[in-house]
Amino acid sequence: MTRTITIDPVTRIEGHAKITLHLDEAGRLADARFHVVEYRGFETFCEGRPFTEMAGITARICGICPVSHLLAAAKTGDKLLAVQPPPAARKLRRMLNLAQLCQSHALSFFHLSSPDFLLGWESDPARRNVFGLMAADPDLARAGIRLRQFGQQVLELLGGRKIHSAWAVPGGVRTPLSAEARAWILERLPEAKATVTTALELYKKLLDGPLQREQSTFGDFPSLFMGLVAADGGWECIEGAIRFIDSQGRIVADGLSEDDYASYLGEAVESWSYLKFPYYKPLGYPEGIYRVGPLARLNVCDRIGTPWADAELAEFRQRSGTAESNGRIVTSSFAFHHARLVEIVACLEGIEQLVADDSLMTDRIRARADLNANEAVGVSEAPRGTLFHHYRVDDDGLITRVNLIIATGQNNLAMNRTVAQIAREFISEPVAEGAEIPEPLLNRVEAGIRCFDPCLSCSTHAAGQMPLHIELVDAGGRLLAERVRD
Amino acid sequence: MSVHTLTVDGVEVAVPAGASLLDAVRAAGADLPTLCHLDGLTPVGACRLCLVELEGSGRLQPACATAAAEGMAVLTQTPQLQEWRRMAVELFFAEGNHVCAFCVANGNCELQDVAVAVGMDHSRFPYQYPNRRVDASHPQFAIDHHRCILCTRCVRVCDEIEGAHVWDVANRGAECSIIAGLDQPWGEVAACTSCGKCVDVCPTGAIFRKDDTTAEKEAHRERPQLLRAARDQHQWLNQ
Repeated sequence: MTRTITIDPVTRIEGHAKITLHLDEAGRLADARFHVVEYRGFETFCEGRPFTEMAGITARICGICPVSHLLAAAKTGDKLLAVQPPPAARKLRRMLNLAQLCQSHALSFFHLSSPDFLLGWESDPARRNVFGLMAADPDLARAGIRLRQFGQQVLELLGGRKIHSAWAVPGGVRTPLSAEARAWILERLPEAKATVTTALELYKKLLDGPLQREQSTFGDFPSLFMGLVAADGGWECIEGAIRFIDSQGRIVADGLSEDDYASYLGEAVESWSYLKFPYYKPLGYPEGIYRVGPLARLNVCDRIGTPWADAELAEFRQRSGTAESNGRIVTSSFAFHHARLVEIVACLEGIEQLVADDSLMTDRIRARADLNANEAVGVSEAPRGTLFHHYRVDDDGLITRVNLIIATGQNNLAMNRTVAQIAREFISEPVAEGAEIPEPLLNRVEAGIRCFDPCLSCSTHAAGQMPLHIELVDAGGRLLAERVRD
Repeated sequence: MSVHTLTVDGVEVAVPAGASLLDAVRAAGADLPTLCHLDGLTPVGACRLCLVELEGSGRLQPACATAAAEGMAVLTQTPQLQEWRRMAVELFFAEGNHVCAFCVANGNCELQDVAVAVGMDHSRFPYQYPNRRVDASHPQFAIDHHRCILCTRCVRVCDEIEGAHVWDVANRGAECSIIAGLDQPWGEVAACTSCGKCVDVCPTGAIFRKDDTTAEKEAHRERPQLLRAARDQHQWLNQ
């Protein structure tokens, strides 16, 4: 009799999801699926609203990465007005996104994921969270929290508030960099750099030792990688063009415009998840699997462009790059964690460069115009990957159609494959009927999802207090056994 | 000039004949929440927030639209009045679609201010979620009927000060709405001079400049009074 094991909900991620493990007649793992079980409907209720409100509305999709939606909406707005924001506005938007990547990555690494590898996969699940980390290593926990605070504070200094600021607008931004903001950032940068230095040292030690098995089994498979790159091939988070690269390091497509996303991205639907399955169209579904986010951005770029980050990128590739790509491409999804730390370095160096730029203190930061286009696509690199906003408006500027392609959705195929790979590695023996599956193993399956830092909604269960619900279900849907962890 | 003497919550005040009860309340150093009233425009008593009780009569009167009279004893803050005012504000919120989070007037909205003033923390009435229109046909301005509370300030300022009478009120009950011209798209109404006075006086984010985004609306609700003083008394306030 075939059976299904359900992990519901998946904890320490942003949003609601569950995992099912499908066993065949012999009790061996046949398949694993990551289900997103929430539905929100933003695309529909934006219809009829003025496009100028889209930044304000779509930022509310998420409390962790509102900036990503804000920037994508503002960039789509630029195109509807048919204007180029002034140079200072473009730099200020970049600074906002760097701060956003920094705070979100710090949250993912320190609050959500590090308890697994710093406290141990086998540790007590009730303490395997940021509070357990505070008890075990208060200095590291405090430093991690303060690193996130640094990013959040830069967001507030620029945009007036940490969460759901409406500072980026069609045509530019609302306010320039203030002298007060500049002074605060310069004062706190050294501490932020010291924290990421410590985290990198700690993480590399773990990679050399206890995390080797995870690195090779947590979603290590060939796929395409997609992300923005600058005109010179450098790392990019807000401008530039789309590049696809494969696991051998071959550039599959380059210089793609977000305007044409429908020509190279397809979206498949499966009956068991509310999250669509985007794929690279020329390869079809599901062969067109691609990954986005920190790992993908480091894989697609030729360089980062700042000294420390470039040195970390070289070490990242040297440590984890595959032989087939001559060390150019890292294919393990577990490397998302390392990639996040490298990106924090890139963000801190980027902010350091921008904060020294006097041109950010000008008042010429917003281009104003009437509506000049009826359709536009905007793109930004969210912490979790490339985010597309696509709007159509009528001649009065009222929205008639919205399509949002969210980063987490683009990693959907990869997350499913990751879950299956981990389950196969750690459930290698047939599971007897009625047998319990040990919690640390289920935690590893969940942790496979956490590599991608999925953001499934603005609701967060960052404290890791959500219960774990496992079900053994036969092929007919009959519940055979159940285990609940409160 | 004759003067009327009356009491407001026990405080004795003297106001010139022709003054409203709202003037008397303000002269007594108190204040009342208002939404439809705006100094410089004819009072209409539409929002019912400034209702006061006249001792001995048992009737409630809108202070903005009731003339002060000799010997009146006005009560403005009885528990019942406070309760009714809060209820009236809750009904405004339940009747339309007021989503402050991304509203153009967030932080500069009289409905928001009044909700705070009357201590509203939720609506006890079910939200109606009406399906209303956004008219963005005017090149500079737009009207979002979801946020309209039918205060008719736009109707009055356009008629009494600009002299264009672009706006009026159509239908009744839940169907009641502000219309432009002969219920035309705003952009097609030839009478509109694009002066923007309706934007200035709108208490919420219902009428706004099209390039304003979330929380960017700047209202200038003092302008009708300044314009009226200039026109009627030739007092030019160039500030």
